Amino acid sequence: MNNMDKSQYKNVFVFIEQREGVIQNVALELLGKARELANALNEKVYAILLGHNLTTQAQECIAYGADTVLRVDSPELQTYTTEPYAQAVYQIITTYKPSIVLIGATTIGRDLGPRLSARIETGLTADCTGLEISEEKELLMTRPAFGGNLMATIVCKEHRPQMSTVRPGVMRMGHRDTNRQGNIEDVTINFDKSKFKVRVVKTVKEKKDMIDITEANILVSGGRGVGNAEGFDMLRAMAKTINAEVSASRAMVDAGVLAHERQVGQTGKTVRPDVYFAMGISGAIQHLAGMEESEYIIAVNKDKYAPIFNVADLGIVGDVRKIVPLLTEKLAAIKHQK
Amino acid sequence: MKIVVCIKQVPDTTEIKLDPVTGTLIRDGVPSIMNPDDKGGLEFALQLKDKYGAHVTVITMGPPQAEAILREAYAMGVDRAILLSDRKFAGADTLATSNTIAGALRSLEYDLIITGRQAIDGDTAQVGPQIAEHLDLPQVTYVEDLSFDGNKTFSVKKSTEEGYQIVEVEAPCVLTALASGVKPRYMSVRGIVEAYNKEIENWNFSNISVDEKKLGLNGSPTRVFKSFTKGVKAAGQVYEVEPNEAVDIIINKLKEKFII
Amino acid sequence: MDFSLSKQQELFLQMIREFAEKEVKPLAAEVDESERFPMETVEKMAKLGIMGIPFPTELGGAGGNNQLYTMAVEELSRACATTGVIVSAHTSLCCAPIMEHGTNEQRAKYLPKLCSGEWIGAFGLTEPNAGTDASAQQTMAVKEGDHYVLNGTKIFITNAAYAHVYIIMAMTDKSKGTKGISAFIVERDFPGFSIGKKEKKMGIRGSATCELIMENCIVPAENLLGQEGKGFSIAMKTLDGGRIGIASQALGIAQGAMDETVKYVKERKQFGKAIGQFQNTQFQLADLQTKIEAARLLVRKAAYKKDMKLPYSADAAMAKLFAAETAMEMTTKAVQFHGGYGYTREYPVERMMRDAKITEIYEGTSEVQRMVIAANLLK
Repeated sequence: MNNMDKSQYKNVFVFIEQREGVIQNVALELLGKARELANALNEKVYAILLGHNLTTQAQECIAYGADTVLRVDSPELQTYTTEPYAQAVYQIITTYKPSIVLIGATTIGRDLGPRLSARIETGLTADCTGLEISEEKELLMTRPAFGGNLMATIVCKEHRPQMSTVRPGVMRMGHRDTNRQGNIEDVTINFDKSKFKVRVVKTVKEKKDMIDITEANILVSGGRGVGNAEGFDMLRAMAKTINAEVSASRAMVDAGVLAHERQVGQTGKTVRPDVYFAMGISGAIQHLAGMEESEYIIAVNKDKYAPIFNVADLGIVGDVRKIVPLLTEKLAAIKHQK
Repeated sequence: MKIVVCIKQVPDTTEIKLDPVTGTLIRDGVPSIMNPDDKGGLEFALQLKDKYGAHVTVITMGPPQAEAILREAYAMGVDRAILLSDRKFAGADTLATSNTIAGALRSLEYDLIITGRQAIDGDTAQVGPQIAEHLDLPQVTYVEDLSFDGNKTFSVKKSTEEGYQIVEVEAPCVLTALASGVKPRYMSVRGIVEAYNKEIENWNFSNISVDEKKLGLNGSPTRVFKSFTKGVKAAGQVYEVEPNEAVDIIINKLKEKFII
Repeated sequence: MDFSLSKQQELFLQMIREFAEKEVKPLAAEVDESERFPMETVEKMAKLGIMGIPFPTELGGAGGNNQLYTMAVEELSRACATTGVIVSAHTSLCCAPIMEHGTNEQRAKYLPKLCSGEWIGAFGLTEPNAGTDASAQQTMAVKEGDHYVLNGTKIFITNAAYAHVYIIMAMTDKSKGTKGISAFIVERDFPGFSIGKKEKKMGIRGSATCELIMENCIVPAENLLGQEGKGFSIAMKTLDGGRIGIASQALGIAQGAMDETVKYVKERKQFGKAIGQFQNTQFQLADLQTKIEAARLLVRKAAYKKDMKLPYSADAAMAKLFAAETAMEMTTKAVQFHGGYGYTREYPVERMMRDAKITEIYEGTSEVQRMVIAANLLK
């Protein structure tokens, strides 16, 4: 593979992850990004759609930016397991020779991607948060490392395709255009079933208890200014619109409004979410100790001298009880549009 | 049953801080630890040892000081420890790393290979599945729990975004473990006292049968083009405005941050 | 002279610190508040071999030494002084005298169960009228055929309510004074043995400190530890070893209070800056840290000498005296640095201050340590 003819490899391929026939958002986000990359390269966007008893998914891929959908509809691909999917994508890649392959960094994509990269013997960059085309027409893949403390931009110079898994929710989904035109090609795969050795006995969906607030990406945290249990209902409604978790300062936990496991601060937990909303929290040092490492802090408080504003990236002097309902309303509307 | 657990020594990333002035990473004095997912995988192996008398080998690729985590593994109860160390292995990306480790594994007997899902310094989650591919073994990733029928079949609880799957796979196979699924045992005092009397096998390039071109920097398709830190936080802004305007400010910020 | 830790000691510290942080610290406030013996922690420690660190593996021990043992007590006490003293009393005051003065049969019978933590050990010397003057023993032991009959009361016995094995001092010949004292290995199920009232203490409130009552308690003759009349000497040697354990406990308490204080003075802002930026804070902390480090060196040296079978009585006394007084000073100042918050139970420093006080009292008060040190100096 070292002296490969890179010029043979063209076009941007996206692995379309579907679960029970439903295309996952990350696949649509990748189609949007692939569109951008393909435009920069003057190439086409291909969607790799695997599954069984597929219906209109291929048309959706086109609506979100694919020029061609390579569709494999086969009973082996009903539920994801590594080997059937790896065989199918491998055969497609070796046949169509893409220059770029993008896969969602989900439990499926992170299972499939490395298996494929080793089979093809090419590079794979994990969990990318940024993708762009360089002046040399190479893919620049940027990803966090060291627990998010460092960002690294990775290139795959001599091997093709350039592969990356991409974190869900980072790329922008393109506009859905049902008038877009594209091709749908049905592809047949020669499966080697002797290698199918993993059997899914059952798939269980359970609402994962996101009680571990240290794992949450967004926290909506309330303090004395929120007042009481009803105040927290208001925060919960807001949290719901942005898939956030609710947490609290010690005062609210001591008052019995929230369980101790949701307490942020010295005697509670230390959190560092991407966004921390400090709602009606004055910011006693015991509280600050538990949240000041958060990536982005938005504070709302009536008292403009509240110490919370010393650590906030964005501070709003105002009444949480007026601001939160308004904010919830607008966030809900935005969510609804999507 | 013979189990090989692949482990890695990593900097404790929870201890890494940014220099507040230059915005660069401070790595000095950051302690090295056994990667948490790997430790979870090791615990699974030791539980199989407790229950079925499995023989457990740990292997790590790294510099000589990675010996520390092999001693730790001895103190937790493993039977054999191998340190894969060679200048030829240095500078490897995940593909070259997996080629190296798979090469070593070919020289070992195994019914089960366990790796951690991912290492906290890279978070790639790639080496486990890549090893499985090189060895032509089935893989199950994101393993939260594990049982064995005493014969050949593992029943595995695999974590997914929506919940979990129960999957069955026969030995030999590769499993990648999650730290969240299991609480690793502490080293025992006796284990610690005896750990430094036990042998660490030092393996290098000559112990593995892999083409040198597939190893180290030469065998790595990917390169770091540049790396950078996100920089020092700027001072925040405080607004004293009407609620409607405040809400718009917040929403615009969230949009900038791609939260919505 | 080598002051660096060995790789083995580093690995041990890694384990015991993680254990203390994750298993011991979260319970510390509750154990104190509810005066509860943390049995679940003892069971966890037992599984890891922490209840038998310096004893040989053939007798069920971990095969370690006193240096590792002192590190364990220090690190446990840094999180919870109650847990530290449970291990210290068990190891130094019960297992050690059996190891050092017991017959092969006694060792084989008791040490495996004690080292594995299946049994917990305790030590009974102090009586209502025999404190610092331990020679004033009133508990009597009378030999009758193949057994002794013990009568008397012991007080302030650490681990008492949960122990299975007690090293008990009693007079076998009152006319001989201290030379008439003998040591016995007493099991809690022996006829006539019972546990009396539980003390309500200022600190180390989870350590189950009780009276032991012996009313015609029947102890088999083979449970005499050492020879008749050697009890006082055994007790004094046992306390020499115990003092290394208590010094380690005091050191741990001091270090724990320093950890909390450092964290606090970096966070707490007054007059527009962190209080750690005031030179008054810095100078006081520098002095305290110097004392803590000095105490640590004294503790390690005493443990080293015990491991090397060198005389260590004065070293142990100096370690305990200095570590205990450092713990008291450190914790008192820690409360002061924390101000009003330090006086509340939201922060652990008030507990540490209460816990620290006992280290100046038990297993020989600071005054007794000075007597030992001076006696050694002027002999």
